[in-house]
Amino acid sequence: MISTPGLYGTYGGRYVPETLIPALDELEAGWRDAWTDESFQAELDELGRNFGGRPTPLTRAERFALGTRLSLKREDLLHTGAHKLNNALGQAVLARRLGKRRIVAETGAGQHGVATATVCARFGLECVVYMGEEDMRRQRPNVERMNLLGAEVRPVDFGTRTLKEATSEAIRDWITNVETTHYLIGSCVGPAPYPEIVRELQAVIGREARGQFLAAEQRLPEVVIACVGGGSNAIGIFAGFVDDAEVRLVGVEAADAASLGTGKPAVLHGARSSVLSDEDGQIADAHSISAGLDYPGVGPEHAWLRDSGRADYVSATDDEALDAFRDLTRLEGIIPALEPAHALARARELDAELVLVCLSGRGDKDLEEVLAR
Amino acid sequence: MSVKTLVVYLMAGPDTPELAAAAVAGGADVVELGFPFSDPLADGPVIRRAAERALAQGMRTRACLDCLAETRELVPDTPLVPMTYAALLEAYGWDRFAGDARSGGATSLIVADLPVDVRPELRRIQLVAPTSTDERMRIAAEHTDGWLYLVTLTGTTGARADVSPALAGLVERARAVTDVPLYAGFGISTPEQARAAAELADGIVVGSRPIEVAEEGPEALQRYVRTLRDAVDSVVAV
Repeated sequence: MISTPGLYGTYGGRYVPETLIPALDELEAGWRDAWTDESFQAELDELGRNFGGRPTPLTRAERFALGTRLSLKREDLLHTGAHKLNNALGQAVLARRLGKRRIVAETGAGQHGVATATVCARFGLECVVYMGEEDMRRQRPNVERMNLLGAEVRPVDFGTRTLKEATSEAIRDWITNVETTHYLIGSCVGPAPYPEIVRELQAVIGREARGQFLAAEQRLPEVVIACVGGGSNAIGIFAGFVDDAEVRLVGVEAADAASLGTGKPAVLHGARSSVLSDEDGQIADAHSISAGLDYPGVGPEHAWLRDSGRADYVSATDDEALDAFRDLTRLEGIIPALEPAHALARARELDAELVLVCLSGRGDKDLEEVLAR
Repeated sequence: MSVKTLVVYLMAGPDTPELAAAAVAGGADVVELGFPFSDPLADGPVIRRAAERALAQGMRTRACLDCLAETRELVPDTPLVPMTYAALLEAYGWDRFAGDARSGGATSLIVADLPVDVRPELRRIQLVAPTSTDERMRIAAEHTDGWLYLVTLTGTTGARADVSPALAGLVERARAVTDVPLYAGFGISTPEQARAAAELADGIVVGSRPIEVAEEGPEALQRYVRTLRDAVDSVVAV
């Protein structure tokens, strides 16, 4: 009768008001039904190819990291400019199956908001995106894109005015409108079954990358490295290699938003995970030049991968990310988002010959922030 | 003795013991004591802001437990129920929190983001909502500590224009599965709403409005609670 679903070791679970539990049960049942339905998979494949632009290429970075054969999984070339579309497309199709016509989402860097606004435009769904005022300032072009796509962007003007508060407000909206609304969460965080749904929908990154890497190098990478905010691009690319014990998995957090590096077990946004928090369980502020990494929590599966030793988590500072941003732009002709620039900063220092980096998004949105430095 | 129960929520703070005494003098049967959390998902703007203020005043878990004990000294006979979020118990230690709260004078506990499936062994007042299935209501009633908290609406705490139309159905469904007292909360702020909700349920919970009135001092709070008391009592007088 009593069960605790969605646990990763002691992380995960469902720490939400009772109002949401039946909706999470419905979502979980709908998800299981969809995920095992060939027509759902076929629809996702078709949308990924013909709307999203999958498969995304694998690019050898010839000049960025001398002495290393470094390959970039080019999620920056996905429609809307980041890996976020993989998840937004899948959840939108799922929401339609569940009969939900209204979508709410949170966004930090704006990439998930744009991806959500995009799929809502594509499917004719009502779309409300919560975004912190500080992030709206930092990521103005993405706010304009969401407006153009027909989404309503609701500013969140309290607390940190960033992703943490935007997520809380999106969940409050969902509690209020749960009968009509699907909450399209943007990362592998939140109450079960969200971390699992987002991982499965992002796992396409790792599946493709593994095949592409083997085709190009005739062997697996020694290290797979990705940036970690909530952790969805990382969990997606890790999914392709987690069973290859010889492949090192490395996540890179922003130095002052290192939930895995310096956080402790705590409850935030419906799940137990490793969270920047004080001794009383109050959530601490994160800080990063990159709005997408500026979040005090992280997906529960990452906390579990850290504890089990299967993945390592390191960090990069704002300045290190900016250096990597400029170098990749000048040396490879690719302008990365500031989020994967953190992964790039650590990737070129690795003591490894064959390295795969998840280039999770493109940097157009960050130009103002970078040029101001 | 009151027949319908009046529960008043206050946020823990330096003035709270005195405010709680005023609420009891005004006719509150139970006082809920909010232990503030930085990210309170179940709360609307009034309680969220009150939590921010309380945290800025240093109302961390230890200070809240002290506030509870001081309140207990001022109101020796009134049930006191800390209401908080799982994050605080996770950090403090689940059993330690429950133990220290009881030795500080708490008679029970409410954890807003801890559905009955999670840590069912922790004695607490369970919440049910209009979205709860009959089966979940039955399980919540089986596990609840004394009374069942009926969340009258799908939404967060805070005043509304009218009592939720979902309340009548919620009471009916809960009655069918349990004999425990049913107290209705969320969206009740005026005497008229208190009366309307008390006609359906065994008691009512008010939270956001008392926090606003408490800013005007204990006398104002006592007067406000008295209007609720009279409204609730008028139900049984009919």
